[in-house]
Amino acid sequence: MPDQTFLDSTELVLNMGPQHPSTHGVLRVVLKLDGEKVLGADCVIGYLHRGVEKIGENRTYQQFAPYVDRMDYCAAVSNGLGYCLAVEKLLNAEAPPRAQAVRVILTELNRIASHLIWLGTHALDIGAITPLFYVMREREEILNIFEKYCGARLTTHAFRIGGLQYETYDGLEQDVKAACDHVLPKIDEYERLLTGNRIWIGRLQNVGVLNAADCKQYGVTGPMLRAAGVKWDLRKAQPYSGYQQYDFEIPTGTNGDTYDRYRVRMEEMRQSVRIIRQAVERIPEGSIMAKIPKVIKPPVGEAYVSIEAPKGELGYFIVSDGSTQPYRLRVRPPSFVNLQALDQMTRGALVADVVAIIGTLDIVLGEVDR
Amino acid sequence: MRKFLRTIFLIDLIEGLWVTFHYQRPKYIVTEQYPAQRPKVAERYRGAPRLNINPENGETLCIACNLCALACPENLIVVGAERNEQTRRKELTTFIYDTSRCMFCGLCEDACPVDALELTQDFEMAGYNRDGQVWDRQMLEEGPRPKQYKY
Repeated sequence: MPDQTFLDSTELVLNMGPQHPSTHGVLRVVLKLDGEKVLGADCVIGYLHRGVEKIGENRTYQQFAPYVDRMDYCAAVSNGLGYCLAVEKLLNAEAPPRAQAVRVILTELNRIASHLIWLGTHALDIGAITPLFYVMREREEILNIFEKYCGARLTTHAFRIGGLQYETYDGLEQDVKAACDHVLPKIDEYERLLTGNRIWIGRLQNVGVLNAADCKQYGVTGPMLRAAGVKWDLRKAQPYSGYQQYDFEIPTGTNGDTYDRYRVRMEEMRQSVRIIRQAVERIPEGSIMAKIPKVIKPPVGEAYVSIEAPKGELGYFIVSDGSTQPYRLRVRPPSFVNLQALDQMTRGALVADVVAIIGTLDIVLGEVDR
Repeated sequence: MRKFLRTIFLIDLIEGLWVTFHYQRPKYIVTEQYPAQRPKVAERYRGAPRLNINPENGETLCIACNLCALACPENLIVVGAERNEQTRRKELTTFIYDTSRCMFCGLCEDACPVDALELTQDFEMAGYNRDGQVWDRQMLEEGPRPKQYKY
């Protein structure tokens, strides 16, 4: 016997997206509704499918590097880092310390930029339009550093396999420090705009609760897992690119609701600033490129490397058959895995909460569909 | 009690409104007036491609080695070369670069051994149709001429 309401209404199927602006791209959600209450949600994905993994099998190792930037375009630098680390693991090579320090600075800057975009769009979905304009202003500072360093703002292609292509420009340290000094007080400002706001709390608290056990079951990673109280960060758990040298904390939440995820991401931005400040103080001297052959032909084998991208665990699995092109390349995108929890999170919520829950997932459809 | 008073006097909302309001001051304006005010593009910016010529004699720097075409992930560069019978050297005849397919990754620029092919700071490459997006050697050597607006 299905639950009957006082109106004895039947189930209504509502189609949300793919053009809906609050689905952050081209996500289509088929909602099963009972009045305002959501009974279930099915995701229809693939509107932005470009076959990135297949492209990877038809390009040489160096040639594929610009394509990974186009998966999670809000955090292109993190994508590039993960790919370079995976190929370096296949080659048994390691980037020199100077390259590693610059990589850490740029990825952490990118983490802030990605979280800023998340904050702006998430707040916009819920009805707070103002933060979007402010986060774009702060993001501009970070993108200017990317532009000065590697020549592109969004799809940066900043790292190469084995290290870096570009030496740091004169004044990178000052620019990075200035950006840190600029962003940190602005984060407090966003908190003043949102954290205590009664509408914000009313819309977020106890919405889309996902406890730690469910998170582990779905394979949810990143800030969503940490908001449920699990202290799991790959930068601490499996340090890569020299993260063990830096002193930072893993912010965690308690309830695993949307408000906790908001607090965790805000705190993560502060921790990123902390890492950048430590890293920029001690960029070691030396070469920026490891000894890598011009034509990359890794030995037969496979490698899996995962890094802590802004959205969660971003993994690259590469199978090499000894030729110049990967035999198989598989990406484990954090957005795609986190999206699987949408059905569980929306059950029992209201239609307006679905928008908040999609916002808090922090998905990028370029990465979900690949 | 304190929380009750804060709720009654809408302190949380006023705090947020003050943040918005204090940005009214003109010194916080960050908008660029784009066509009138030209943005300053970074030196390393990867924009429109250019095939450099020797400024002294006007000859191309390109040695037709085809490395850029091999480096390109999208295979959008076609280098045409002819062997000069007298000097026994390869000489560039045509150079085709499809900017409509280019993703400005900079791999061709990195591959060039003589700094002939370069991605410049020109960024205004939009057009109303696809004609003219495939650049030939002449276009690559002269560079794009974007329309300048006067206000």
